[in-house]
Amino acid sequence: MELKVLILRAPGINRDADAALACELAGAYPERIHVNRLIEGSIRLTDYAMLVIPGGFSYGDHLGAGRLLAVDLIHRLGDELERFVADGRPVIGICNGFQVLVKAGLLPGPLRQPPRVTLTTNESHQFECRWVQLEAVANSRCLFTRGIEHPLEVPVAHGEGRIAVRDEATLIELESNGLVALRYLGDGYPANPNGSPHAIAGLCNAQGNVLGLMPHPENAVLPHQHPRWTREPTRHEGDGLQIFRNAVRYAASL
Amino acid sequence: MPLYLVTVASRGIDGPQHLYLLAGAELTPAAVTSLVEHLLHDPVVQQVHWQEVNPDQPLTDPFLPKTDLLVVEVAYRPGVTDSEGESVVEGARRLGVRSLEHARSLRRYFLPATADPVQAAAELAIDIVQTTIAYHPGEQTTTRAAFYTMLVAEPTPTTPVVTTIPLRSADDAELIAISQRGVLALDLAEMRAIQAYFVAQGRDPTDGELETIAQTWSEHCSHKTFKARVRYTQTPEEPPAQPDLYPMLTQLAGGECTIDSLIRTYLMRATEQVLTRRDDRWVLSAFVDNAGILAFGSEHEVSYKVETHNHPSALEPFGGANTGVGGVIRDVLGVSAQPIANIDVLCFGMPDAPPPPPGVLHPRRIASGVVAGIRDYGNKLGIPTVGGAVLFDPGYTANPLVYCGTVGLAPRGLHPRNVRPGDIIVVMGGRTGRDGIHGATFSSIELTHTTASEVGSAVQIGDPITEKKMLDVLLQARDAGLYSAITDCGAGGLSSAIGEMGAALGAEVHLQHVPCKYAGLQPWEIWLSEAQERMVLAVPPDRLIALLTLCTAEEVEATPIGRFTSDGRLRVFYRDLKVVDLDMQFLHDGRPQRVLTAVWQPSPALSRSPHLTTVAPDQALLRLLAHPSIASKERIIRTYDHEVGGRTVIKPLVGVHLAGPSDAAVIQPLPGEPTGLVLGFGICPRYGLHDPYWMALAAIDEALRNVVAVGGDPDQTAILDNFCWGDPKQPDRMAGLVRAAAGCYDGAVAFGTPFISGKDSLNNEYRDADGRRVAIPPTLLISALAQVPDVRQCVTMDLKQAGDVVYLLGNTRSEFAGSHLAAIGMIEDGGALPKVDLATAPATFRALHRAIRAGLVRSCHDLSEGGLAVAAAEMAIAGELGLHLVLDEIHSDFITALFSETPSRFLIAVDPAHTAVFEDTLSGLPLFRLGVVTVNPTLHITWQQQTLIDVPVATLRRVWQQGLEVINVKDTDL
Repeated sequence: MELKVLILRAPGINRDADAALACELAGAYPERIHVNRLIEGSIRLTDYAMLVIPGGFSYGDHLGAGRLLAVDLIHRLGDELERFVADGRPVIGICNGFQVLVKAGLLPGPLRQPPRVTLTTNESHQFECRWVQLEAVANSRCLFTRGIEHPLEVPVAHGEGRIAVRDEATLIELESNGLVALRYLGDGYPANPNGSPHAIAGLCNAQGNVLGLMPHPENAVLPHQHPRWTREPTRHEGDGLQIFRNAVRYAASL
Repeated sequence: MPLYLVTVASRGIDGPQHLYLLAGAELTPAAVTSLVEHLLHDPVVQQVHWQEVNPDQPLTDPFLPKTDLLVVEVAYRPGVTDSEGESVVEGARRLGVRSLEHARSLRRYFLPATADPVQAAAELAIDIVQTTIAYHPGEQTTTRAAFYTMLVAEPTPTTPVVTTIPLRSADDAELIAISQRGVLALDLAEMRAIQAYFVAQGRDPTDGELETIAQTWSEHCSHKTFKARVRYTQTPEEPPAQPDLYPMLTQLAGGECTIDSLIRTYLMRATEQVLTRRDDRWVLSAFVDNAGILAFGSEHEVSYKVETHNHPSALEPFGGANTGVGGVIRDVLGVSAQPIANIDVLCFGMPDAPPPPPGVLHPRRIASGVVAGIRDYGNKLGIPTVGGAVLFDPGYTANPLVYCGTVGLAPRGLHPRNVRPGDIIVVMGGRTGRDGIHGATFSSIELTHTTASEVGSAVQIGDPITEKKMLDVLLQARDAGLYSAITDCGAGGLSSAIGEMGAALGAEVHLQHVPCKYAGLQPWEIWLSEAQERMVLAVPPDRLIALLTLCTAEEVEATPIGRFTSDGRLRVFYRDLKVVDLDMQFLHDGRPQRVLTAVWQPSPALSRSPHLTTVAPDQALLRLLAHPSIASKERIIRTYDHEVGGRTVIKPLVGVHLAGPSDAAVIQPLPGEPTGLVLGFGICPRYGLHDPYWMALAAIDEALRNVVAVGGDPDQTAILDNFCWGDPKQPDRMAGLVRAAAGCYDGAVAFGTPFISGKDSLNNEYRDADGRRVAIPPTLLISALAQVPDVRQCVTMDLKQAGDVVYLLGNTRSEFAGSHLAAIGMIEDGGALPKVDLATAPATFRALHRAIRAGLVRSCHDLSEGGLAVAAAEMAIAGELGLHLVLDEIHSDFITALFSETPSRFLIAVDPAHTAVFEDTLSGLPLFRLGVVTVNPTLHITWQQQTLIDVPVATLRRVWQQGLEVINVKDTDL
């Protein structure tokens, strides 16, 4: 069966082709669809098995990263998206996509609660493009990081990737409810490139089917995308592919 | 009209507050509440307050501290791109709030109460694009209210008029005065040619006509210096030893010659020479299109263009660099290609320079702004910034150089170039405003301390998302065959774009249809505006609806504004006003050829010999590593996204901790195809101070060394030339330009590397308040684009394995003129200039390439600034291993062995199991076995049993990584 993945496009989204390649390598059939097609109803989200909101600078990110695309999702696609999530279909937001999901209230969720978590300016106050190591959090509810036992080497490229919470209790809740999906491995900057508390790199919702993460697993799918391949043993694929493969496998199981 | 002020303050973070002004005739408090709630603040980290701005009521603001402080608020001037303000309007529309008509963004800074408001404004804002208000909390707020009202005021409507300029009656003095008053940058011969044309027409020109001719005939658009007839003289000198290898140098050495067009004689002819020796269809387009185009595989083509944006970056570094990146991306869109990589080469004054003269920004401020501008545009477009260089020299203090380049990828043969009469002229993308007027002619004048206030309109801020949207639809339009020709709207605006597209046919344009940012533009301003993010397309009438539908679907503005004709005339109207009616042939061929004089004086420093005996090797090495041109650029590189697109297979930073400076980045354009592209750069302005001929050869050699060092094929390498020079009317500057161009010919032909595109930026001079002229060092950037047959064979410069055998490839001569050892003041700048030996260099590069393809090379690094010692240090830093090297065989003088900058050399580490085959592969070439890679992380170099250098790699790394710490790379707000 052809498993169709909707890769969301919007003005300023720029890693849509990268995400599409990752989905393809994971065995799915990605289609890059402009958000306006969903808003006008000519294309329906329910016709897809999985949704990816890729990285970029949606609408320029001038009012805080992801803010305007979050407005689109909530105010113009809210019901459809809520059904999609409630049906348990996988949603992955990467970088700007993560920021969009958080600003829209889909992460960590539940929807329509006063916002308690956001993503804000890196502690270094600068854009950070570098490779990091990620660990899949063992007790997480996330359905796509299960079975990932080795650290994942993937790049980050963002200026607003630091998790900020309303209060300390929120942070404890994120941890105890298994909503932290991925963590940066290693101590301090630059291992944790943005200064997120508890080295949080990715969050999921309580159902485990919505994952948002700052790093770019879609840019670590081919062996020669690795930054040290000229000095290390041959790889067959990039570490990031596991996340897409898990998500596609899960979507296929629904 | 109701006006509201929204203040947003971050919790717990020092930093400027964000202010928004919201205006709309029907804008209600309820609507403002909704905007504030959903759009304008993040409740987790920010608090917000809003109020109506009412002249009769004082403004209140809970986020203004009660303590006595100086408050400075900064906003873009009305008419300058305010992307954040526009985002608020867009967001409101998406929220369904249609009553918001205008939104503006401001930043509010707090300074000590005693701070000087004028000084503070100068530091926080760039006056030509931004405006400020300073006040103390508790003061009356009427001035603030008036400031806010001014920011959202509509421009006063004006009646469109076309003015006639009395040119026919003007004498020579008046002709020159007309040129200067209008910033037309036309000389007397050109003004006389225009006068003669209008005398024959029996009428005087309109403002629009004179401006159209000035833009078309500008240095920027017509390259009149490179096409000039040049009389070159010098004292005759001995021809080089092998005159057939250096034919153009031999000709110049004769003493006198006339060159009819530098571009034809040296650059285009070099390409013709190289291509006659090849029988493949590899170069698809050279010097014709907006970018050079090469075949890539059997089904694709790659394009490459490098541009400069120097003058704007001097006045407004962020906006100048920002729009520089945006502009070169549009060059690649102009050959219907998808931009897949960006590069930037930057030249600044010294970071520790004393306070600059009035009207000049400090090099540190320029550097920070330029880096931020590049980051903003490249990152937002989703194009990886994969390579480049950053140089520092006192000669760039008043005239920084910003080279921006873009590589494009397209299916072979999809770029249409067949405009037909009747095709519709469509302008696409951003709206037209009063910004960027006179950019083409502005780039042809020298900067002075008052330039900023006189031609501030030439400087702009980019809007990357508008360009990104346009990029997205253009590639779809190309695949669907919806246009018959396309070009970017750059210097000269619509006048140049349409004038060029319709040169062979004719065009008719109706300016009232051009979408404008605001009312009040005069017709000639619409016609000349260089507002960013616009492209012009020729669209067959039966494709127009499909194109407009595609644009609407992705919210890209596209507007038919006229059509191409067959009458050979350029006719421009604003409703019934006739703005331009010119003969296309006169416009494009009527410019009289410039005649220039070039007089060459050899640099006296070349006949001196520097004293090398006083140099302490370890001290020299540490000081070289700390020199900002050599020091690590990691801080800058990390702020550029070099991963997006997933094609970057050799990153700009390599090694154990990804701190090593790669010789060149490699991209793999198509994920399923092993073929790669390498981007290398050569730029040696310090040699240019002595002799631009040898500088040009050294730059070509350096660009090729870089690409060959990582695995690029020297026989599949094309190059680009970008000259940045002083005033070509000065005979000494012009002679240097001739020599550099001559070097380009000799180098390109000897290496077999064709030029496929080039550009020049002249008049990079500054005249200070006392009338003293300062020219930049003669600067030629050579950008190489090489194919890698298989990216899996690429090699990086980091040491990889202790025990590997280390070789030096290439001969070392004592060549210290223009060297970095001289730049750090350890020796006098003089002696022999680094000279490329064209008899051995091409063979060296080919043989090394064979060795790399055969898998015989574990690490390879080219030798450039600072010579062998610096290259060895960098390899050790990147690999976190040591080196033990013996330099006895290299040269009889150890300072020469360590620090001479002789070109065409590489340091190579080879697995001991492969040394025999490796030596065989390079037999007949100057190859020296120097030593081994060691586990002990120390750089240990000896000469005749004497230890020259014995420094821990950690020390080298620390010094090398601290060199650029003074450059701020943090996100500057606004």
